Amino acid sequence: MQKISVLLFLIWVSFLFYMGIALFTSGFLLTRVELTNHSSCQELPGPGTLPWGSQGGPRACWMASRFSRLVLVLIDALRFDFARPQHTQVPGDPPVSLPFLGRLGTLQKLLETQPHHARLYQSKADPPTTTMQRLKALTTGSLPTFVDAGNNFASYAIVEDNLIKQLAKEGRRVVFMGDDTWKDLFPGAFSQASFFPSFNVRDLHTVDNGILEHLYPTMDSGEWDVLIAHFLGVDHCGHKHGPHHPEMAKKLSQMDQVIQEIVKRLENDTLLVVIGDHGMTMNGDHGGDSELEISAALFLYSPTALFPGTPPQEPEVIPQINLVPTLALLLGLPIPFGNIGEVIAELFSEVKDSQPRSSALAQASALHLNAQQVSRFLHTYSAAAQDLHVKELHQLQNIFSKASGDYQRLLQSPQGDAAALQTVIAELRQFLQGVRAMCIESWARFSLVRMAGGAALLATACFLCLLASQWATSQGSYFYTLLLPMAWGLAGAIVCAGLLAATGLTLDLVVLGALVAVGSLLPFLWKAWAGWRSRTPLAALLPRPGPVLSLLLIRFAAFFSDSFVVAEARATPFLLGSLILLLVAQLHWEGKLLPPKLLAMPRLGSAAPAGPPRHNSSHALGLGVGLLLCIRLAGLFHRCPEETPACSSSPWLSPLASMVGGRAKNLWYGACVGSLVVLLAAVRLWLHRYGNLKSPEPSVLFVRWGLPLMVLGTAAYWALASGADEAPPRLRALVAGASVMLPRAVAGLAASGLVLLLWRPVAVLVKAVAGTPRTRTVLTPFSGPPTSQADLDYVVPQIYRHMQEEFRGRLERSRSQCPMTVAAYQLGSVYSVAVVTALTILAFPLLLLHAERVSLVFLLLFLQSFLLLHLLAAGMSVTTPGPFTVPWQAVSAWALMASQTFYSTGHQPVFPAIHWHAAFVGFPEGHGSCTWLPALLVGANTFASHLLFAVGCPLLLLWPFLCESQGSRKRRQPAGTEADSRVKPQEEEEPLMEMRLRDAPHHFNAALLQLGLKYLFVLGIQILACALAASILRRHLMVWKVFAPKFIFEAVGFIVSSVGLLLGIALVMRVDGAVSSWFKRLVLSQQR
Amino acid sequence: MKDTDIKRLLYTHLLCIFSIILSIFIPSLFLENFSVLETHLTWLCICSVFVTAINLILYLVVKPNTPSKRSSLSYKVTRFLKCCIYFLLSCFFFHIIFVLYGAPLIELVLETFSFAVILSTFTTVPCLCLLGPNIKAWLRVFSRNGVTSIWENSLQITTISSFLGTWFGAFPIPLDWERPWQVWPISCTLGATLGYVAGLIISPLWIYWNRKQLTYKNN
Ligand SMILES: [Zn+2]
Ligand SMILES: [Zn+2]
Repeated sequence: MQKISVLLFLIWVSFLFYMGIALFTSGFLLTRVELTNHSSCQELPGPGTLPWGSQGGPRACWMASRFSRLVLVLIDALRFDFARPQHTQVPGDPPVSLPFLGRLGTLQKLLETQPHHARLYQSKADPPTTTMQRLKALTTGSLPTFVDAGNNFASYAIVEDNLIKQLAKEGRRVVFMGDDTWKDLFPGAFSQASFFPSFNVRDLHTVDNGILEHLYPTMDSGEWDVLIAHFLGVDHCGHKHGPHHPEMAKKLSQMDQVIQEIVKRLENDTLLVVIGDHGMTMNGDHGGDSELEISAALFLYSPTALFPGTPPQEPEVIPQINLVPTLALLLGLPIPFGNIGEVIAELFSEVKDSQPRSSALAQASALHLNAQQVSRFLHTYSAAAQDLHVKELHQLQNIFSKASGDYQRLLQSPQGDAAALQTVIAELRQFLQGVRAMCIESWARFSLVRMAGGAALLATACFLCLLASQWATSQGSYFYTLLLPMAWGLAGAIVCAGLLAATGLTLDLVVLGALVAVGSLLPFLWKAWAGWRSRTPLAALLPRPGPVLSLLLIRFAAFFSDSFVVAEARATPFLLGSLILLLVAQLHWEGKLLPPKLLAMPRLGSAAPAGPPRHNSSHALGLGVGLLLCIRLAGLFHRCPEETPACSSSPWLSPLASMVGGRAKNLWYGACVGSLVVLLAAVRLWLHRYGNLKSPEPSVLFVRWGLPLMVLGTAAYWALASGADEAPPRLRALVAGASVMLPRAVAGLAASGLVLLLWRPVAVLVKAVAGTPRTRTVLTPFSGPPTSQADLDYVVPQIYRHMQEEFRGRLERSRSQCPMTVAAYQLGSVYSVAVVTALTILAFPLLLLHAERVSLVFLLLFLQSFLLLHLLAAGMSVTTPGPFTVPWQAVSAWALMASQTFYSTGHQPVFPAIHWHAAFVGFPEGHGSCTWLPALLVGANTFASHLLFAVGCPLLLLWPFLCESQGSRKRRQPAGTEADSRVKPQEEEEPLMEMRLRDAPHHFNAALLQLGLKYLFVLGIQILACALAASILRRHLMVWKVFAPKFIFEAVGFIVSSVGLLLGIALVMRVDGAVSSWFKRLVLSQQR
Repeated sequence: MKDTDIKRLLYTHLLCIFSIILSIFIPSLFLENFSVLETHLTWLCICSVFVTAINLILYLVVKPNTPSKRSSLSYKVTRFLKCCIYFLLSCFFFHIIFVLYGAPLIELVLETFSFAVILSTFTTVPCLCLLGPNIKAWLRVFSRNGVTSIWENSLQITTISSFLGTWFGAFPIPLDWERPWQVWPISCTLGATLGYVAGLIISPLWIYWNRKQLTYKNN
């Protein structure tokens, strides 16, 4: 019962965290489904005939092209007021002189001298106002979110239909120069391109000067149809100095010069577009949705007259993506499939024609094409995804069908009046604007309330973990303290939810979950508050800040700096190393490191630590240095984040198949298989050391026979995978079949091993016990079989002691013939044996998903955790009969090691760094339409370290008990010393080891609960830090490149870790239950 | 008695700080283009020499620990040689620790080693001066309740604060500020120096404030 409640409590805490994550994510990460459909020239978006009939030229598509050439000057972060013309000083207004005002004089001059040729707009960008998302929007006409579901995470290349793709399809020559983000977005789409690095925001001139070097010669050469120049200087100047700096004036003047030069070179068939992709805040940052960030300048100019009227006094405000359909139709291209922008109708009126009707008709036909395309997109999208409002969608479709009908009718009647045309235009525009509004509603708005709520829920859950981990061991009746509020809250929340559902209010599932979480938290917090007000002060319950907690705080703070997130692969080993040295230093400080002999001085002041040190721990220094060495070696397997160009990734992370040298390949292969064998041998040796290898239980048999089979399978698979190309043609089919079957066989073996382990988790030698004649009966005051738990609690240690004595007696009688004597240790390590076996069985299939050489890292991982556990055990003292605690340093070191292993297995928290090839291990042909299996495989590859360390977490509690045997054995070696003579007889008996935990089941459960809570806390503050960083820094340059991916990885890692933790603890409890029933059977058989 | 001791401690520490300040300004009189950041290695060497010299002088002048009974020349020479060996060993030890902590193995060996030298100067040299080449005594001083005089207490504080300074000095390295002092190992050496100076200042004050609680048993 208690075990169940421990698990329930942990599940509830995990649930709180999940809800916090879900709530935050729903407010922060807006998603959208990407469609891969493409518009084509031959196929109109809806029924109807080409309005131009067959008179369109060779470059006519849905519409005849108006311009054959386009110059697109993209000035990054060109805010609208940077380009706003400075009108003559209004008397009375104070004169304003800001560095960025009125610098683009060319635009002003063109607007004044050629009002029919030029137009300035204030374009409104949609958040997120980051360059990559804006570029996506400016070419697809859509509203990119951070996670455009369905895109391949491996690259940033745009899969949706876009202008550049359409241009390339039509055979236009697109020349690009500038920001190298375009290279990632449109690989291979340009006929000629000069990319310049965009990463260094402190560098104002490299990109711009590089463009200027190429721009004019290219323009003069005439070998282009579309010329795109993306200048970064203004944006970088904003990031470095802010807009109010004299440097900004210089930069804008330079841009003015550029525009002037371009205008000089324009020909009559060319359109010039000057556009800013977004604006910038007062500080020069962008990414969010404030007015200054989203308002960007858009300027159109052509040497031929474009507009029928003169520009308005105040420039018109239009959505930025309206440029996309406009440019597409002007250039004679189909509008990109996913566009939801609206054509700028002004541009489609007939300039020379005085007849208002034909002008309006031209506008209406452009708008109608546009509306048809948008309607087609909506239709396709709503079939693929359900995130659009059904009711609204229906209304919009009605508007469209009405407008479309009106339009068709007008076309039929040649004498339709202009007023009717105007209504059709208004209807079409209403439809287009309605679609945009609906899409923005569901795709492009941060919900600050949800973000704050999610972060608050996460913070409260962390606080709860902290508090409850103290309560778990300090209070006697903690189960009621912990469980009752939770049960009440849960019940109340469910009733609330039921009421809400009954009243017919539609409630978001995420919000509902969060409500349940908050509802179940409230009584708990109330209890904490009441406890604080009354007898037990809260401050006494909270852990005192020690060096370890300050280390955790440093780690917490590091998540707020993009540099540290990028450099985490180096920072984590540093912190881990510091923690290890701290542990060693602490041991020394406490006088536990060296035997007291070495410290010749008698201890002064307060008494020396009570009792002699339990462990002969002079090897702790060696352990520390060994750990540092392991960490450093694991650091050699380092994959570089893409943000640091100077860094080079380790070549050892690539699969062996990519190696050329035959000899080196063979050597590496040998090393990899060797590391597998060493891993297997080490685990077997360890089991042998504690005597569990002799047990006839199926799980041990699996370790003896199944694991070598798995090693064989893995080695064979690697041999095939690395040398598949060299196989003779006759064997190709065989090799292909084997490379499908082998990984599946290994995974199947592992699964059966785990099932065996769960079925019979107690790896002890029962037969040896039952077969020997009893020399003494168990001293039990109960005559019948044990009925209650209390009976069993009393009887079990008795039996254990008795058995040990019996074994020792046999040992003395027949030391030579009896190889089974080691069996006495079996029961003492029964828990950790199960956990270690589970870890080993889990490790092999996970290893198979990685590149071959990562097996060395896995070996290091096991070695490292072994050393760390020993080091931690050296610092912990076993307090019988409880309460048992796991110190904070142990848990934080464990969590740090998990994230260090994440990096040293070649991962990085960015999407392009995910090991996608893992999806094809065992499935070389792909998965067909199945998506969960590849996701599972890739996830298992990415979060392998999280899973292994979380499952292995109970070892932190068990290991000190395990180390007891060494301590007592070594202590007996130096005979005759003073310490030995004082040893009491009962201490002479075999160490109880993990049976001490069984002696005090209450404390055992409490310790498991505390361990779980502490681990969840350490992981929880990481995810809290990520969430806070992502929300506070949502305007930061790096938010979509660094913070948001980090948050996603941390969140998934947390979920994997918490599940692993629950599984690990459940495994220990299963073993505990099995040991109980084993003892019961033993007692029963004895009474017969 | 005790207050005079603390005063002596304070003066010696001020002298040490003064020597570090001198090492920043004196070389620029003799060397052209000398600056702490640009010619960092030179400064490290000079600083190390200055601090070692002042420590030795202070040791000879102040004589904080009881003079040993044996005073033959050969004993002194072997003791001195032993000290030198210990110093070198500690340099290598620190170098290895830095590499284990992530310092580059092959590149910048000279820089890493001079960093090890300066850290040894701040930590090992005072230990050698005060305790002699006696590992047991060192281990005793750096354990709980192991100190026996205010000299040892201040040694404990300055050493720990030097290490802490070094540790914190590593933090700015990954930041993207692109300052010249973020290059390995400059920020760490600066951190070590600042930590040492802070330890020199803090330890007399700390001992002064806690003089009631501190009771040393003089051997
Ligand atoms: Zn931008
Ligand atoms: Zn920017």
